[in-house]
Amino acid sequence: MGNNITQTIQTVPLNHYILLSAIIFSIGVVGVLIRRNAIVVFMSVELMLNAVNLLLTAFSVYKGDASGQVFVFFVMALAAAEVAVGLAIIVMIYRNTHSTDINVLSRLKW
Amino acid sequence: MNNYLWLIPLLPLAGFIINGLGRNALPKNVIGALGSLVILVAFGLSVSAFLQVQASGPINVKLFNWITVGTFNIPFAFLIDQLSAIMLLIITGVGFLIHLYSIGYMHDDAGFGKFFAYLNLFVFFMLLLVLGSNYVVMFIGWEGVGLCSYLLIGFWFTNGDYADAAKKAFVMNRIGDLGFLIAIFLMVHYFNSVNYADIFPKVPGLHGAKVSHLLTMITMLLFVGATGKSAQIPLFTWLPDAMAGPTPVSALIHAATMVTAGIYMIARSHVMFDLAPFTTNIIAIIGLATAVFAALIALTQTDIKKVLAYSTVSQLGYMFLGLGVGAYTGSFFHVITHAFFKALLFLGAGSVIHAVSGEQDMRKMGGLYKKLPITFWTMLLGTIAISGIPPFSGFFSKDEILAHTYQYSPIMYFIGVITAMFTSFYMFRMLFLTFFGKFRGTHEQEHHLHESPASMTIPLIVLAILSVVGGLLNVPAILGGHEWLAHWLAPLFGAVKEAHETTGGISEMGLMGISVGAAVLALIYAYSKYIKKAHVPVADTEERPLLAALSYHKFYIDELYDFIIRKPLDALSVFFYKVVDKMGIDGLVNGLGSGTVETSKGLRLLQTGNVGFYIFMMVIGIIAVLFYSLKF
Repeated sequence: MGNNITQTIQTVPLNHYILLSAIIFSIGVVGVLIRRNAIVVFMSVELMLNAVNLLLTAFSVYKGDASGQVFVFFVMALAAAEVAVGLAIIVMIYRNTHSTDINVLSRLKW
Repeated sequence: MNNYLWLIPLLPLAGFIINGLGRNALPKNVIGALGSLVILVAFGLSVSAFLQVQASGPINVKLFNWITVGTFNIPFAFLIDQLSAIMLLIITGVGFLIHLYSIGYMHDDAGFGKFFAYLNLFVFFMLLLVLGSNYVVMFIGWEGVGLCSYLLIGFWFTNGDYADAAKKAFVMNRIGDLGFLIAIFLMVHYFNSVNYADIFPKVPGLHGAKVSHLLTMITMLLFVGATGKSAQIPLFTWLPDAMAGPTPVSALIHAATMVTAGIYMIARSHVMFDLAPFTTNIIAIIGLATAVFAALIALTQTDIKKVLAYSTVSQLGYMFLGLGVGAYTGSFFHVITHAFFKALLFLGAGSVIHAVSGEQDMRKMGGLYKKLPITFWTMLLGTIAISGIPPFSGFFSKDEILAHTYQYSPIMYFIGVITAMFTSFYMFRMLFLTFFGKFRGTHEQEHHLHESPASMTIPLIVLAILSVVGGLLNVPAILGGHEWLAHWLAPLFGAVKEAHETTGGISEMGLMGISVGAAVLALIYAYSKYIKKAHVPVADTEERPLLAALSYHKFYIDELYDFIIRKPLDALSVFFYKVVDKMGIDGLVNGLGSGTVETSKGLRLLQTGNVGFYIFMMVIGIIAVLFYSLKF
């Protein structure tokens, strides 16, 4: 069965995975850069993380090395923790400013 | 058996420490008595040392090894030979009389204790200077007397002019000291020693052009040191200003002892000077020039101490002339007699100043001989002595120098005689202006006129006797004398040179006749001008004839130095201050600081607070780093 999944994955060439990951990552970057809603920015960050995850998994399969997938778990755990903290911050910001627009908080300077 | 000799310099040092620490606590008579007593005991020890030298030759006292580096060694050792034994007697003997005098002179001064402490310290350093058996110990004394001179010239330092005079003396002395110091370095380098006993025997064995250059260099540098300490051209201008100090100081330091240190040093090193004819030529010329120049200035001075100061410079010039022409004995003889009569004249002047309530201008004196008989008679003897009228001491010593000069160069001899004439004139001028005619001061001063107390007149009397008979030390053979001093110093300066046998030209008696005649002529001229015609020098505001004005204003030497040395130096300092320091160094440091601040001000604006912008910059940064790491 496990062998089966590996073969299934390998039916798609590695180049396609790389291309897909790059596209998703770029979408994430652009999302972070141009969106002003903090939650959407957050989601874009998740996109970037998952693009990397996808790439790691693909390489892991092609190389026959499990450590890539181990990394993916680490990234997922980290992302979960980050989301917990990040969302908490966003909730607090919303309570104070009634907005999740990142440009509202522009007084944190100098 | 020589163990007690180290006490000679130590006693004044002890006096300095006790008087210095107890200057406010001890009563005045204790301070005065202690200060004088230590010098008196040192004098007694010096006499005993003198007798020992007479009996058994030079004494070496090695106290301890001071500096030892490899084979090079500087011991802290004393050498008492014929030369230093006489210096010891002069320093402690005249020094004691002046201490005694100071008890009376400084009695009402608030700094009485301080004054005696300084005086004792001075005597200590002066003794160290003449006792040292190597150049480094001499140099300690040399610097020490310079320090004491500075302290005592500026004794009344609350007066700004006096403090300036002290600084001037110190700085000018430092210029000379540098020469001395470099000479010591050269000796260390080439002889690997600073001891007289090591260096002098080596010198005659040296040959070759390089060595003669070396000796010329060393002797010239030593002479530079001597010009500073002994106030010769070009470093003489500090001595007249040094009269700012109390009069006993002028007598002790600036007439009798310290200023003769340069002559002592050259006489001590005469082995090297003998082999450096270039240097001795220079010394003779500088000495003669100083003698004439200072005498010319002294002709018109109106301050009684300034006259004596320029006279001292002039007499020191004679001594250097003597050294230059090889008359070491004559020169040293003049040191001795000059110590007697110039100390006497200064102390007499002090007595006069004391009597007229601190007035120093001779135009406001006159007619004092009735009120100050002892001062008058002693000063008269001193004046006759310095003028070179026989049989007083100055005649013998000056004549000996002049006789040697005649052999060396008749032209220099005649200039020397003219100087002697000037000397006689300005000294009698001083005497006549001060003691004859009518009193020209205020009524209050006239009412106050009084003879000085015994503690001041006794030193005057003793010094007057010495000034009269001092010449007997070295009466030339032609006058039936035995030339005791020349024989005494023969172990140092070689066999008695029969300098008096003139090589053609004028005979010795003739030379004596010329110089005495010149002195008497000047005396008569001074008499006719200042007693017969009762001439009084004009006030500062009135016009003087050109030459008199030049002389009165000291040939504008101070102004000249001001113009050629001080002004450019000031300008250079201002340049360094304003341009190099303010603009260069400060500019660099302040520029770095303000540059950082200004850059930060600009960079600060990047912190907009806009999160999108931050992220944008971050992405650009990451991309840049990526490109960078891919490219390289």
